[in-house]
Amino acid sequence: MGVGILVENLNAWYGTNHILQDINLHIPANHATALIGPSGCGKSTFVRCLNRMHETNPVARATGVVKMGDLDIYNDASPVEIRRRVGMVFQRPNPFPTMSIYDNVASGLKLNGFRNRRILDETVERSLKQAALWDEVKDDLKKKSGASISGGQQQRMCIARALAVDPEVLLMDEPASALDPVSTSKIEDLIFQLKSQYTIVIVTHNMQQAARVAENTGFFLNGKMVEFDSTHKIFTNPRDKRTEDYITGRFG
Amino acid sequence: MSTQPIPIPPARPGPMNFQSKGMRVNSARRAITNHVVSGLAILATVLVLAPLAAILFYLIYKGAGSLNLAFFTHVPAPVGETGGGMANSILGSGVILILASVMGIPIGIAAGVYLAEFGRGKMLANAVRFTADVLNGVPSIVMGIAIYSLVVMPQKHFSALAGGIVLAIMMIPTVTRTTEEMLSTVPHAIREAALGLGVPKWRTVLSVSLRTASPGIITGCMLAFARVAGETAPLLFTAFGNQFWSFKLNEPIAALPLQIFVYAISPYDEWHRLAWAGSLVLIVLIMVSVTLVRIYANRGVLKGGS
Repeated sequence: MGVGILVENLNAWYGTNHILQDINLHIPANHATALIGPSGCGKSTFVRCLNRMHETNPVARATGVVKMGDLDIYNDASPVEIRRRVGMVFQRPNPFPTMSIYDNVASGLKLNGFRNRRILDETVERSLKQAALWDEVKDDLKKKSGASISGGQQQRMCIARALAVDPEVLLMDEPASALDPVSTSKIEDLIFQLKSQYTIVIVTHNMQQAARVAENTGFFLNGKMVEFDSTHKIFTNPRDKRTEDYITGRFG
Repeated sequence: MSTQPIPIPPARPGPMNFQSKGMRVNSARRAITNHVVSGLAILATVLVLAPLAAILFYLIYKGAGSLNLAFFTHVPAPVGETGGGMANSILGSGVILILASVMGIPIGIAAGVYLAEFGRGKMLANAVRFTADVLNGVPSIVMGIAIYSLVVMPQKHFSALAGGIVLAIMMIPTVTRTTEEMLSTVPHAIREAALGLGVPKWRTVLSVSLRTASPGIITGCMLAFARVAGETAPLLFTAFGNQFWSFKLNEPIAALPLQIFVYAISPYDEWHRLAWAGSLVLIVLIMVSVTLVRIYANRGVLKGGS
């Protein structure tokens, strides 16, 4: 089951560049939350702070409190532990090219020393079915490289790979921006099904996508969160003038 | 879905119109340029391969006649006797090269991993990189003298081990720098994928970065191996050479390049012929071992993978 995320006074920097300024936000459990905003507004940095990927860059740092359920992710656990509980899907499909489809999906478990064959087989099958990819790849699982399938299939494989470690939260950083419309709609269907089991945070440039998949939407601008509300409210009756300007296409 | 046809704009006049006369002239010129450049590339390839083929054929012409079973099973015959072989030199070269690879390749790869994955922008990394480049430029005879005074002198005798050490040190810079180069071609997105799954950094480096870069790293190791396999000068002061079988690492040991050197500067025709044969065997052994490593390294490659 998913857990909610509470963000208090989150600030983030790259070197001296203040990327995120005083973000306060509650992301409800088992819902999809979309983050929209123009390029460079800090949405990606924000989701990278939620699984502590932000700090893998040597010049990056962050302050503030992020709580996953009762767990303070910056103080109560190691980044490695956090990343096992908070899965991430990146903008471009990033399969491991030397590994088979099977090994790609199992990589989160295998690279952490998990060796039980039967459970690995089951997990790979379950995750690929959850990602709606099982039927397309089940005959080539161990024969084909994860990099040999199409871009849309690769991205669904990356989603399966993230699901295989059984996370509670799934972060998706523009998961469909490098894909064609058919693959995009498959990914959106997937998000729709997955949110009953996981808490989903999705960054998107595509406002229709936010409207289609998410119950709640946050609008980011210049490192600040301008508005956070139900998706319906944001797209029909935003409180802030800047949100209205953005969603009606007046800038960004 | 709209069923209206999408209007196609008419062809534009001017250079972007592929039907215009100017464009046809241009495209003829491009085709010629294409052929000329392709021709030059093929010529360059031939020029590069020609010396290699020439050396190989000349070695076969000069050396193949002296190859027989005795060459691979006997030790060198004393002066004045005919026959004899280089069996002990072949074994000795094998021993020294295995020693060198076992010491040099892991250290070289480890240093390359440090440079690419952990040392970005650090002073120590810059120092290591500079040292590796300088080490690469040190003449091999100087390496030999250095190891002579550091290893052979304290031990008070020449040894296979000293030969292995000097060749290992000569392998390290090449292995280190190619490892670093190859790791830096691994896309950052792949590392992030592993880190994002909660895989610790050390495991990401071992199972993802190194594995993805492994074809290039293996090529680097093979280059380093092939380069030191033919080294003679550093072995003169370390392995020293031996006319007989030697199975101990702390005794002087024979090596193909040393034996070729001894035979080539001798005044006897018989020995000259053996030197040619030895050269042929050396080059073939290098080619065979490099090929075997490549075949072994490619065994698990998947369809459509890298």
